Amino acid sequence: MKATPLIGLEVHVELETKSKMFCGCPADHFGKEPNTQTCPVCLGLPGALPVPNEEAINRCMKIGLALNCHINSVSKFDRKQYFYPDLAKGYQISQYDQPFCSDGFILLDSGKRIGIERVHMEEDTGKLQHVVLDGNKVSLVDYNRSGVPLVEIVSRPDLSSSSEAKEYLKKIHEIVKAIGVSSADMEKGQMRLEPTVNVCLEDEHGTHYTPLAEIKNINSFNFAQAAIDFEVVRQTEEFEKSGVEKSATNKTTRGYDSIKKITFLQRTKEEAKDYRYFPEPDIPPFIIENELIEKLKGELPLLPDQVISKLVEKGIESKYAKILVANPEALAIIEKFQDDKEIDTPKLSSLIANKKIDISGDIKGEYLKATKVGNTNTEELKAVVEEIMAQNPNLVSDYKSGKSNVAGFFVGQAMKRTQGQADPRTLNQLVIELLNS
Amino acid sequence: MKQLHELTIKEVHDGYINGDFNCTDLVKHFLARIERYNPKLNIYLALNEKVLEQAAAIDKEILEKGITRPLLGIPMAIKENFLTIGMPTTASSNILRDYQPQYESTVTQRLLDAGAIFLGKTNMDSFAHGSSTETSDFGPTLNPWNIDKLPGGSSGGSAAAVAAQLATVALGSETAGSIRQPAAWCGVTGLKPTYGRTSRYGCIAMGSSLDSPGPIAKSVEDCALITEVISGQDRKDATTSPSPVEKYSESLNAPDLRGVRIGLVKEYLLPNMSEDVKNLILDAADKLRLLGATVDEISLMDPRYAIGVYTVIQRSEVSSNLARFDGIRFGHDRGVLCEETKRRIMLGTYTLSAGYYDAFYKKAQAVRTKIVNEFQEVFKTYDAVIGAVSPGPALSVGASKNQPMFGEMEDVLVEPSSIAGLTSVGLPCGFVDGLPIGLQITADQLKETTVVKIADCFQRHTNFQLFPDLEKTI
Repeated sequence: MKATPLIGLEVHVELETKSKMFCGCPADHFGKEPNTQTCPVCLGLPGALPVPNEEAINRCMKIGLALNCHINSVSKFDRKQYFYPDLAKGYQISQYDQPFCSDGFILLDSGKRIGIERVHMEEDTGKLQHVVLDGNKVSLVDYNRSGVPLVEIVSRPDLSSSSEAKEYLKKIHEIVKAIGVSSADMEKGQMRLEPTVNVCLEDEHGTHYTPLAEIKNINSFNFAQAAIDFEVVRQTEEFEKSGVEKSATNKTTRGYDSIKKITFLQRTKEEAKDYRYFPEPDIPPFIIENELIEKLKGELPLLPDQVISKLVEKGIESKYAKILVANPEALAIIEKFQDDKEIDTPKLSSLIANKKIDISGDIKGEYLKATKVGNTNTEELKAVVEEIMAQNPNLVSDYKSGKSNVAGFFVGQAMKRTQGQADPRTLNQLVIELLNS
Repeated sequence: MKQLHELTIKEVHDGYINGDFNCTDLVKHFLARIERYNPKLNIYLALNEKVLEQAAAIDKEILEKGITRPLLGIPMAIKENFLTIGMPTTASSNILRDYQPQYESTVTQRLLDAGAIFLGKTNMDSFAHGSSTETSDFGPTLNPWNIDKLPGGSSGGSAAAVAAQLATVALGSETAGSIRQPAAWCGVTGLKPTYGRTSRYGCIAMGSSLDSPGPIAKSVEDCALITEVISGQDRKDATTSPSPVEKYSESLNAPDLRGVRIGLVKEYLLPNMSEDVKNLILDAADKLRLLGATVDEISLMDPRYAIGVYTVIQRSEVSSNLARFDGIRFGHDRGVLCEETKRRIMLGTYTLSAGYYDAFYKKAQAVRTKIVNEFQEVFKTYDAVIGAVSPGPALSVGASKNQPMFGEMEDVLVEPSSIAGLTSVGLPCGFVDGLPIGLQITADQLKETTVVKIADCFQRHTNFQLFPDLEKTI
């Protein structure tokens, strides 16, 4: 039986705007004293109203543009309604049927095209803390994160292996960082991953699809990969046992236990939430003008894949180019020295990529040291080598009788006598030539 | 000579300037009246404990600088759904009993900035769910004209405060009828601004796409003065209009209504309406003709269709807006919500549910667009349309009990204009069985100047803005 995983990914990215999505509170909530960055709006107090953050919407559209999306000329917010103690208003302001961006794609290195269904804007929730206070187990709510701008990137189920999924995620991560909308720090929860997985099974009897499983809130690429791998095996085995195929009603929601490295059932479709979406009446719809789209396009830097092609054009090996693109500091160094006549950019790239140069140190000094070209004057070197040969006739005859490793002795001696100034390559060639003559 | 409680804004300011009385005198006068009449009428739920302090500060300001602010020293009654620092804000619901707001609503802040002084907070239907004040968790307000009757709602407390002259002017809010209908039942004047003309920030949400804060007062003139102060874009409410606020007071005192074209809506003379009410509306049309206006009978969609549209949209928004009162915060759980509120949450939850959204919410929005378009067509020819505010005069206490659609039936004539986000003035146009009847004058969005001009001219040339003698009615 042939098993092909079908994987779609939902990626949430917190934007690092100055203020929250719908109020003036600071968006930077990480490590702040609980409930010190709140106001009537993000606390959901009676009478408070959301006012959309234009900068966040622009950043959402930049992500869309970087992912080759269409920017919709009319867009709106909707209310997504569910009860949870960290959701101050009892609904999340999100986007339902008219997101800011839709129909984009990403190209994997293999050239495979992964469709992006939509990129939409929403707000983050507060955070629950389960702690023991005065001997009692209690749940506390911190609303500092409530209302922080969140962009959701939804792929089509075009990924067919966990490694493709990982590559896709890494590319999204690099793009989001490169365009400067978020540092997408996974450890701070600024980027959160939700794979939806099922498996297409083919044998001589036909083609079968296993029921969909959505795996919630993963915060590492490796966990995502492991969760998908686990799920593919689990679903295949489950199908072999039960024969249950995908239907409109049997999608499940699962969690991932990173210690046991397993996924576990959280909800079945029967328990699934009806979010009762409806247009957010507090925020008028948006008409997105072409001028704005062009302006945002103009503000986009080169994207990681574009940067890689540019580096490759400069003669840098593509494996080094990829390493550089993932490391903005290193990339900045390459850009800084690209017009320096004393520095060969491909050489510098390989040195940096291979960690031969400490990028926090004196780059140029280290580069010159690492690539120092010595004395190549063959006449001068020839005189030195011939002198050594004359002084060591027995070693010369050793060489001629087949002990080729004695050549190293002559190179070493010559280096010593030129105080290391000889160019190693030139010297090597010369020694062999003279010994063979 | 008029007594202090009978004075309009202008008359109060004249009294201050002439030194006939000061703000402290006026406030004390109202407090005495409140003490005497409020226990019976149940208009105020809470009084401003700092009112005398604030009055003294205003008196000092008037002495030093004169009257440099448009509402300086004007005593006001504020509906219980506006967040006011220092006074509890409960929306007349037990779930917010004793709730002390952390911030001030935009419109009350604008009133304070204009120098107004708040006497207290007025009763309303719980979360504005009703047209009687009978859904209030703190008991109904009674109609100052006849205490066996209801004041209407949801701004029933604010309308009754003006009718009983327990404040110079009052602030209310309308989703569909909540200013005009209680003003009509209490025989006073109310102005519903265009949706988005007055900020909703800090006004506890009912139907977010409909809610419009506005004044209830003794005259069109006072309504215009208040509306001028509270109108205008608010950066805290994304639905407020950026268009500049006109000087509504400049369209007061028009000598006549020549050149004004008015449509008398045939369908608003409902089949079940009493002849007495119909005749008062027809008399009002004749009066407007006498003042120089052209009044033609016109036809609009049967207003009863608006009930369905309004019910679905408003209940949907209510079910969502009240989700924040989740029992975790604000001190009380959802079990304390009143029956009407629970009914609305359940109906709205149903209409937004998967599988029903298209049949209810989406269809309602489609009909809403039809209603908007129909009005736009009419306003190509006419400056305003008129009709009764309510099918009849104030109903008896208890009338709303076990009537889930009570509000909708009573507000049938004001729901179409609310759905279309129009502006409208409701003002007295006569009496039936000793109870006042209200006329509505409705114009296109942002045409507050038009309704103010017509209503003011009508009011100055008629004598229907009367007040009950509480010593006799109570």
